[in-house]
Amino acid sequence: MCGLHMEGLGPMQILRVLLLRLLTTAITLAGVAVIVFFVIRVVPGNPIAMMLPPGATDEDIARLSALYGLDKPIVTQFGIWLSGVVQGDFGTSITTRQPVLALVLGRLPATLELSIMALVMAMILGGVAALAGTRFRGGRTEGAIDVANGMALSVPDFLWGLVLILLFGVLVPIFHISGRVTPSLELPFVTDFYLFESLFRLRFDLWADIVAHMFMPALALAIPLAAIIGQLLKQSLKETMNLDYVTLSRTKGYGETRVILREALRNAALPTLTLVGVQFTFLIGGTVIIERLFSYEGLGNMAIDAVVNRDLPLIQGIVILFAVIFTGVNLIVDLLYTVLNPRLRHG
Amino acid sequence: MKLNRRSLLKLSAATMAAGAVGLPSFAQAIDELVIAYNVNLPSWDPTVGPSAVNPTIQGLYQSVFDQYILQQPDLTPAPGLLTEWGWSDDKKQVWMTVREGVTWHDGSPFTAEDVAWSLARVAKPETGSPIQFVWGTLANHRVEGNKVIADVAQFDPTIFKWMYFLTGYVLPKTYYEKVGAEGFEAAPIGTGPYMVEKFERNAYVRLKANANYWGGKPDFDTVTIKFVPDAAARVAEVESGNSHVTLEMPYEEYDRLKGGPLAGVSAPISDIGMIFLNDIEVMTDANVRKAAAHAIDKQAIIDRLLSGYGVKIDTLETPEYAAYDASITVEYSPEKAVELLAASGYSVDNPVKFKIQTTKGFKPKDYEMIQAIVGLWRKVGIEAEIEVYEIAKHYELRAADQLAPAAFYNWGNSVGDPTTSTGFAMFGPSPHSVWDGEDLIGMIGPRWGEADEAKRIEGWKAVDKYIAENALVIPLLQYVQPILHAPGVVVTPHASGALLPHLMKRA
Repeated sequence: MCGLHMEGLGPMQILRVLLLRLLTTAITLAGVAVIVFFVIRVVPGNPIAMMLPPGATDEDIARLSALYGLDKPIVTQFGIWLSGVVQGDFGTSITTRQPVLALVLGRLPATLELSIMALVMAMILGGVAALAGTRFRGGRTEGAIDVANGMALSVPDFLWGLVLILLFGVLVPIFHISGRVTPSLELPFVTDFYLFESLFRLRFDLWADIVAHMFMPALALAIPLAAIIGQLLKQSLKETMNLDYVTLSRTKGYGETRVILREALRNAALPTLTLVGVQFTFLIGGTVIIERLFSYEGLGNMAIDAVVNRDLPLIQGIVILFAVIFTGVNLIVDLLYTVLNPRLRHG
Repeated sequence: MKLNRRSLLKLSAATMAAGAVGLPSFAQAIDELVIAYNVNLPSWDPTVGPSAVNPTIQGLYQSVFDQYILQQPDLTPAPGLLTEWGWSDDKKQVWMTVREGVTWHDGSPFTAEDVAWSLARVAKPETGSPIQFVWGTLANHRVEGNKVIADVAQFDPTIFKWMYFLTGYVLPKTYYEKVGAEGFEAAPIGTGPYMVEKFERNAYVRLKANANYWGGKPDFDTVTIKFVPDAAARVAEVESGNSHVTLEMPYEEYDRLKGGPLAGVSAPISDIGMIFLNDIEVMTDANVRKAAAHAIDKQAIIDRLLSGYGVKIDTLETPEYAAYDASITVEYSPEKAVELLAASGYSVDNPVKFKIQTTKGFKPKDYEMIQAIVGLWRKVGIEAEIEVYEIAKHYELRAADQLAPAAFYNWGNSVGDPTTSTGFAMFGPSPHSVWDGEDLIGMIGPRWGEADEAKRIEGWKAVDKYIAENALVIPLLQYVQPILHAPGVVVTPHASGALLPHLMKRA
């Protein structure tokens, strides 16, 4: 990924490039919709077989298949579903008997908050590691940071989750192991963005409770990403530290820490920003397992139930929403890259 | 309040610390019972959709709704919302007497109309009950005083057993008709021991005790049931004191914790592990089937893989079931297995080969059990190739009669009737049966409509004996459910496997 190519373009041309990008995004989403619809109907396991208890007859299977619209040819089913989607109706979940769109949109804020918190943690941890590694490069500190990075990368996020549960859930029980908020609390929220809304309402008691629930799953997601950010940013910083303008700063008598923070960091951060964008989509994908482990009421947890129960409309809705998020994040990162990269911005 | 960065940090640290201090511990008296449950609750309607037939969810439903007939922890029926029930002499009608003085959670009176309406609703195909094929055997439901009468459209001797089995719940007629299906999902009410106070899908349900419960107010006023599907997280929940009760953890973890700060209770439940044999390929050879059955040391598998938590079975009936017959046994005899295989020309050097399918992680040590069985088979001249599949694929293959020659599965039958164990598992025309032999179909057929109960049960015992003698299926074990709990709670296990908060008391 290297941003949208807008070198030397006028405003109208930039608008055209953007519209083209939006069009390709729409085509991508349509492709995802088609693929997911057909694939989940072809793989073994159908929701009616899951639902019928022993003793049911072939007539019972036919009756329930008709009730859920699964008796029609797949192409017809797709047509019905697509006509609903364009009207904002993604169907009804087979297991929960609720509208799919309301279900997935209701869970999206929880997953977004978890992902954003994990991203912030990863950037802080990775950034500190990179800065410390650069500041003390060539020494034991850098060696220790490299070892820690290697460890963080070699262990998958769900294993970090288990380690954190043992450490901070059982041995030193300071964080909650499951859920998003303590059930006995009265929540005054009007949105599903609990973390942000609690801050907005200055309800720090609720905010603390929500953070105490999110801390471990967010950290489990953040640790591998922090290692990647730390490695790349340190590498960029070390390269930047050899450039002429940085040497010039040193000759002016500025201290090494100030040179790193004030001079090198801004330029070195650009490749890391691109990486963070790409990794953020992977991070959201990682929420599926982590949300399940921590019983966090997000999209990922719901996705696993949907797959296990072969809840076809819900699977479709979740996959499409994930695809929207992925393509949206990629688009935003491209735009940000273009804005921040002076060579692309000024042509 | 004036906020700056310093004060915000201070406040946050203080509230975080307060939150941490507020975490529960074993030493504290239990005001609010917290249960870490092993499954999510997708839907509140216990009569339609996939959740209605999920045995694991029934404990949640039974906390809020009452079944027509109460099922006691040992699986025996007892008066519930129905105090009496029975057949007319000619078996053309059923009658039910409805308990008086019961109220719904909204305070409205529970009546015989509710029972008649609930039965009629699930009997209609358009309602979408997965058990419509049972409820549809009753018709023309009507109320006479506090009695409900229905005509028998098709005789089913197990109809009253279904009234404490899957989908056998009474829903509130007036309320349901007023709020509709969507409104009921949002605010469900029943006559059960607990009322729904707060529900967050995929997270928890908070229940308040029903002070007017006809069976007596539950011991705990407030119960929070957290949905924690991951076993490791559930164990951590009780180990840390965040939850007071949990279930279904690895037996090693159960053994590790039950003698320490936690107490444990483990009892056999109505779930069994078994190997379906399909009447295809080498399984049409009786010697191969019998050898496969005799070569399995079930007790050793239970002792070594399940830490002893299991009960060896040789028929599809567990000791709690109505048609259990202790005299039907299949001995572990590798020597006999070798003889049987030799009679069909097989040996260790010339093994009989087939595929066995199994889930991995769906039930405790399922894959490991099949690995051990394949190892035992290899010693007598059976070479089985293991294929791992998802449970969803099992259902689809079984419905299409396309399972491999051998397939591991677990079967639940919390009413303990032979119809819902041997009957549905082994009757060829049923889409859930795997063995389709005509001889067995001929034996089972007359059992369905047998009106004489004693004769009916004896008939099923004869079927079980025939199945065991001919190795038409390989029953393995009855599962034991491990429950860990804080010392401050007394947990009464239910043989159906349902974890019921109203059966929990303060120690």
